[in-house]
Amino acid sequence: MRERLQNLDPLSVVLWLLRAAILGAVLWGTVATILNNPYSAENWLDFLVFGVAQGSLYALIALGYTLVYGVLFMINFAHGEFFMSGIFTATVFVAIPLSETAFWDSHPVLSLLVVALVAMATSVGIAVLTERVAYRPLRHAPRLVPLITAIGASFFWQYFFRGLYGSGITAFPPVEMLKGSLIVGGLEILWTQVVVIVASVLLLIGLYIFVMRTKTGKAMRAVAEDKQVAALMGIDVDRVIVITFATGAALAGAAGLLYALLFRQVHFFMGFFPGIKAFTAAVLGGIGSVPGAALGGLFLGMFESIGPSLFLEGLGIPAAYQLKDVIAFTMLVLVLIVRPQGILGERLAEKKA
Amino acid sequence: MALLEVNGIHTYYGAIHALKGISVSVDEGEIVTLIGANGAGKSTTINTICGILHPAQGEIYLEGEAIHELPAHEIVMRGVSQAPEGRRVFGRLTVTENLEMGAYARSDNNGIRRDMERVFTLFPRLEERSKQVAGTLSGGEQQMLSMGRALMASPRLLLLDEPSMGLAPILVEAIFDTIREINARGTTVLLVEQNALMAFSVANRGYVLQTGEIQLADTAEALRQNDEVRKLYLGEA
Ligand SMILES: Nc1ncnc2c1ncn2[C@@H]1O[C@H](COP(=O)(O)OP(=O)(O)OP(=O)(O)O)[C@@H](O)[C@H]1O
Ligand SMILES: [Mg+2]
Repeated sequence: MRERLQNLDPLSVVLWLLRAAILGAVLWGTVATILNNPYSAENWLDFLVFGVAQGSLYALIALGYTLVYGVLFMINFAHGEFFMSGIFTATVFVAIPLSETAFWDSHPVLSLLVVALVAMATSVGIAVLTERVAYRPLRHAPRLVPLITAIGASFFWQYFFRGLYGSGITAFPPVEMLKGSLIVGGLEILWTQVVVIVASVLLLIGLYIFVMRTKTGKAMRAVAEDKQVAALMGIDVDRVIVITFATGAALAGAAGLLYALLFRQVHFFMGFFPGIKAFTAAVLGGIGSVPGAALGGLFLGMFESIGPSLFLEGLGIPAAYQLKDVIAFTMLVLVLIVRPQGILGERLAEKKA
Repeated sequence: MALLEVNGIHTYYGAIHALKGISVSVDEGEIVTLIGANGAGKSTTINTICGILHPAQGEIYLEGEAIHELPAHEIVMRGVSQAPEGRRVFGRLTVTENLEMGAYARSDNNGIRRDMERVFTLFPRLEERSKQVAGTLSGGEQQMLSMGRALMASPRLLLLDEPSMGLAPILVEAIFDTIREINARGTTVLLVEQNALMAFSVANRGYVLQTGEIQLADTAEALRQNDEVRKLYLGEA
């Protein structure tokens, strides 16, 4: 003990003080908020529901990061663009033209299904193309190379779709059926939020079954562990990698539609922040872990939505809501200090390149 | 015609010339062993046969068909499977899932089920642990799983890379008994071993590798009597 204290250098003392200060401020703010009680229970539940909806979106996008990382140990920074490309294309070519006909309101479910299919198919197409052209040739390059390439691919697709569909914000046509809200036990939940949460849960369950139960899902896990031995089993490793990208992109495409329903707009830059946040969620949950991505997304969404009011308003900080990103990333740092492998992640020490 | 014909292959790791013209042939129904010191090129040879590595020069024929340019996963479909050095089971998959992966290239569900039962008869321990994650198995159990997984491909040619490595003597005996049994049921075996004595006891023929070249090729019996082999690989005076 004494030795450890003597070995403590000034920098780590300062860092520990800083962490203690952050924790103290959070606790102080929380207590102050609770004492002041500026919000009703209903307000808090609203925050919570919005957080769950937002978090489900993060979770769906985070799965794409985690699946690809699990198989290739690569952080696919272009994933946010897979998310954007699908719904942007589907909005321009399907949702808007369709909303000008009577079909949009007379058959809303069918219309949204078509939008979903086109969005998912586009996202998958972009992902498969990116993998084939930009990532596969660099499969055996040092890890930094595909990372830089992914950032490049991200910019490429942003400007590609900006060139294609313009740089303005495009409104996603409103869906008559989803106006209003569902009231359960005094709690009012917007129909769009209901759809987002239910669809996300179904997709998450579907993905889990796919990865755990199907032959292709098992092959994905085998490839993630040992590509060479997977090939010795007769698994076409390249094909499984493409399927992994495609699966993540399909979920991102679906998430794109849910985003459009929630926020009613699409634009070429829309992939950036959700992408970063979903990546944060994946790291938070333990990158490479499927349940981790789901949990990380949910946590992040709820923290972002409840955190500013709970932690900061009590400290007298005005317009705390604008600081939600600070909350999100502070939480990431705090979690990683305690658990570097994320909430559900395994220790990466023995993992090979 | 030999089942497997390896014809003067040269294999490189970048600039390292690991195999310098290796020729090996294996007939249907045989057990053939490759022995040699550490780094002689035994694993490199069978990995080149499996398509994980590709020879820069030379050819490999399976029943007269060239396979040396095929990717690994296509070679499995032609009936060659391997239990690699160091077991390399999928640690996060269950025992059953590992065996299913061994049968990945197949679609005859009845045959797969039959072979899974056969593996469980061969290694009853695996059946007891079928739902367990493979990373938590003991070293011996992992070796059984690795061999069982290779058998699930229903191979005509089974490649075993040092199956006795790191196992207690009693388990080594059991593994070699199993190799005999697998062979008796019609699977041809190419066996890489450090334990030359055990290898000669099951093999019909053998090759001695030294720094990427074939030093000797003879029947197992003759190799066992060979003075140089006795001195270098059997530790006899
Ligand atoms: N991935 C690799 N990269 C570079 N060189 C390698 C690689 N794998 C093997 N080698 C080299 O090739 C030669 C043959 O290695 P190989 O693994 O085939 O030997 P081995 O006979 O199987 O030895 P052991 O009994 O130790 O398993 C050795 O000199 C080794 O250093
Ligand atoms: Mg070896």
